[in-house]
Formats: sequence, structure tokens, C-alpha cells
Amino acid sequence: MPTIIIPTPLRKFTNNIAKLQVNGGTIEESLQLLSTDFPEIKKHLFDDQGQIRTFVNIFVGDDDIRDLQNEKTILQNESFVSIVPAIAGGIIF
Amino acid sequence: MSYKDINFSKEELARYNRHIIIPEFGIEAQKKLKAAKVLMVGCGGLGSPALLYLAAAGIGEIGIMDFDVVDDSNLHRQVLFGREDVGVPKVEAAKRRLASLNPHINIKTYNLQLTSKNALEIIKNYDAVADGTDNFPTRYLVNDACVLLGKPNIYASVFQFEGQVSVFNFTNRNGELGPNYRDLYPTPPPPGLVPNCAEGGVLGVLPGIIGSLQACETIKVITGVGEPLSGRLFTFDALSFESRTFNIKRRPNNALNGASPSITALIDYEQFCGVKISSLPIKEITATEFYNLQISGEKFQLIDVREADEYEKVNIEGELMPLAAITANAEKIRKDIKVVIHCKMGGRSAKAIRELEEKYGFTNLYNLKGGIFAFIDDVQPQLNKY
Repeated sequence: MPTIIIPTPLRKFTNNIAKLQVNGGTIEESLQLLSTDFPEIKKHLFDDQGQIRTFVNIFVGDDDIRDLQNEKTILQNESFVSIVPAIAGGIIF
Repeated sequence: MSYKDINFSKEELARYNRHIIIPEFGIEAQKKLKAAKVLMVGCGGLGSPALLYLAAAGIGEIGIMDFDVVDDSNLHRQVLFGREDVGVPKVEAAKRRLASLNPHINIKTYNLQLTSKNALEIIKNYDAVADGTDNFPTRYLVNDACVLLGKPNIYASVFQFEGQVSVFNFTNRNGELGPNYRDLYPTPPPPGLVPNCAEGGVLGVLPGIIGSLQACETIKVITGVGEPLSGRLFTFDALSFESRTFNIKRRPNNALNGASPSITALIDYEQFCGVKISSLPIKEITATEFYNLQISGEKFQLIDVREADEYEKVNIEGELMPLAAITANAEKIRKDIKVVIHCKMGGRSAKAIRELEEKYGFTNLYNLKGGIFAFIDDVQPQLNKY
């Protein structure tokens, strides 16, 4: 099954699990399954129109899905999907 | 002055000897370092190690920009400073420390905030910019200014246990321009949505690692030695000790320098990132006033917009409605009595009130000035801050 790597800022929504195996054939399917298993992560990945948020980048292996087939990118069993949100430091009050 | 005209004193040659004797580096690269001007924006967790190594390496002129003063809570990661610097403007303390490390370089300090009004004027004097800031508006500002001026932007960012490094807006040996921050993240996260806001914090040593990498990339950009991280985003997870380097590309829809640029000047970055403070003041209540309200018998509702783990650490029994979910919880907020909203120090609660007033027309919301921290200071000192 493809592996999804959850970045630190979003791990609180996945019970602090950093790596998950998700049985999706495409990026879209995998992220939907992830959102079903962990509903709180959904709004951090998708906007109200169901599009992947622009401050979150998704990579399959080392490649941006925008350079592949976006959310239709097909995943293999050994695929590693990395979710990489924008980070800017930690000093907020 | 071309770097070829640079000369070194006997002392400098002795100091930089270990650079000079590396075959791939040599006196030529050292000359390029001495001829270079690098601006470090942000003199905190990333700036501390980055500046130490840039100064040590012999960058001829280093500009340091920060408008903050040293606080004791900085010292778990901002190793440029010491206890004697607490209360001192960071750029002054940094200059003192770096001048002591390397008396052969020039250090220019900017004890001010980088803004759309001053960014182009300041950055145009430098060959490269290292971005060590801690907020999205400034990151986009640094990016845009560098793209508009044609300067490479050595980017580094950290959060808790993770770090990112890349080199933006870099033209390689073949004359090809690499991507910039807007190619990676076209738009910033709206405030309150990224969990940064609540959990913040960072493992002290992490910016030490990432900032050192930032210095390394800066040295490579200046000297032309090695392959800078242009077109690549390096990420590091300190907890798992895993790193991945992703391929990133220029995007045709980059509003700054894509196929049809729509941005040709610096913009209002706070508005772009949604953190613009509205001109209408929000109602405030001080900790003491709130305490008086509590004992007066008057009905009120207390809402806490922090995260659950903050609530667990310390709370004053407010109803927990984390900021990101505040509008989803709007129907639970009373309109008929005073409602006091608080967070840790008053920032997030102000945002919550702004949103509720704008979206639902609330007129009875009061921001607890200084947040739970002020309440602990003034009313319940037996409680622990965090």
C-alpha cells in the first residue's frame, strides 16, 4: 500500500502517527481515505471546493504532483506520498 | 570592485587558511566571500547560527535586520546571544558578537522591520538575502523583493521538529533562473488555519541545524562552489532523522514572474496573508476588570480560543473553542450577555472577535487584554504559564 508521510503540524490530527499506509490508487483517493479516517485533517488539506490547499504541497517520491497528474497521479504500492505545508516559524501568540 | 581585486592581510590569510587549501575552494572562492554583501533578515533562531558561520567564513559585508530585543526565552536556541544581552536590541548584540568572532568584516545593522516601503531600497545594496524570519507576510515580502531586484534568496524555515531549506530566485551557470517561494506556495495559509498559531514552539537545536545549512547554501551561492539547492526543497524531520529533497519548478501561474505576471511591485503583505488589523477597535477588558465581572454576579460567557493541549496545561474554565473552529461554533456564543474571549496573550482572541463581528454581527464580545497570561499575572499568580 502507498505510504503517506504526515508533517509535524498535522500529526495532531492523526493521533501523532507520522507514517500511514493508505490504500488509495491515486492521490485523490488516498487523501480522501485519509480524511475519512481522520476527519479533522480534511480542512487543512482541502478547501471548501474540495481542492487541495495551495499552501500544502504534495509530493510522490521527490516529485510535486503538479508536475505529475495532480490529484489523479497514480500511486504504486511502494509510493511515498509526502505532505509538505508552508511553515514560517513558531512564534505566534 | 571585482572580487579579483580583493587582497588579504597576513592575518586574514592565516585565518582562512583551511578554506584556501581546499582544492575546490581556494583563494578565489575566499575572495568572492570577501567581496560579497549578504543581508540576513531575522536575527533569531535561524539567524544566530547562519550569521556566526557567515561571519566566520569571511563574508565581507553582512547586513543584519531585526527589530526585536533579546529575551531570556530566546536563549534556548538563539546561541548568538548571552545573558548579558537580555534587553539589548538583537542587531546590536549580534554585531558585538560577530565583530569579536571576525574583526576583518563589516557589519551593518538595521534595527527596524522590513516593510514594503523600505525593502527594495535596502536589499538592492546586497548580493544575496538569507531569510530567517518567522512569519508569512515577511517571507512573501523578502521573496518578492528579491525577485523584483534579481537577488538570490536563501530560504530556511523551521517548525517544532521540522525544517526546510531552499535557494530561491537563483540563476545557475547556464543562465537558467530557478523557482522562488511563490512557485512553491502561491498563496499563504489563512491565519488561524495553520496549527503554528497554537502550538508554536521549536526544538532549540533545530534552527541551529537548519540555519547552518542556510549559511552553507549562502556560501555556495556567493562562491559558485558546489550545487546550491535551487530547484530543490530540502526537508528535515529531527524526530525521525529523515530528510527528503523534493524537486520544485518554476510555475507558469506565478503571479510575480510566471507566464503573465500580475505583480510588478511590492504589495501589502499583511493583507495578502489575511493578518491586516482592521481600523475599528475591538472592545477590551483587562484581567482585573474581568475578575471584577466574575465576582459581580453579572451573567457572562467566557470562551477560550486556544488549543486543547494548551487548555490542559492551564485554563480559567472558559468554554474551549479553538480559533480555527470559531465560526463553526458561532451558534454556541451568546448574543444577550457579555462574552469575554481569551487566548494565551490576546492575539488569537482578537482575530476570533474580528471574524465573529464581521461574519455574524456580534456586538457583545470583549477581548481579554493580555490573555490568560495577563490574568495569571494580575489575578491568579498561583497558576502556571507555559
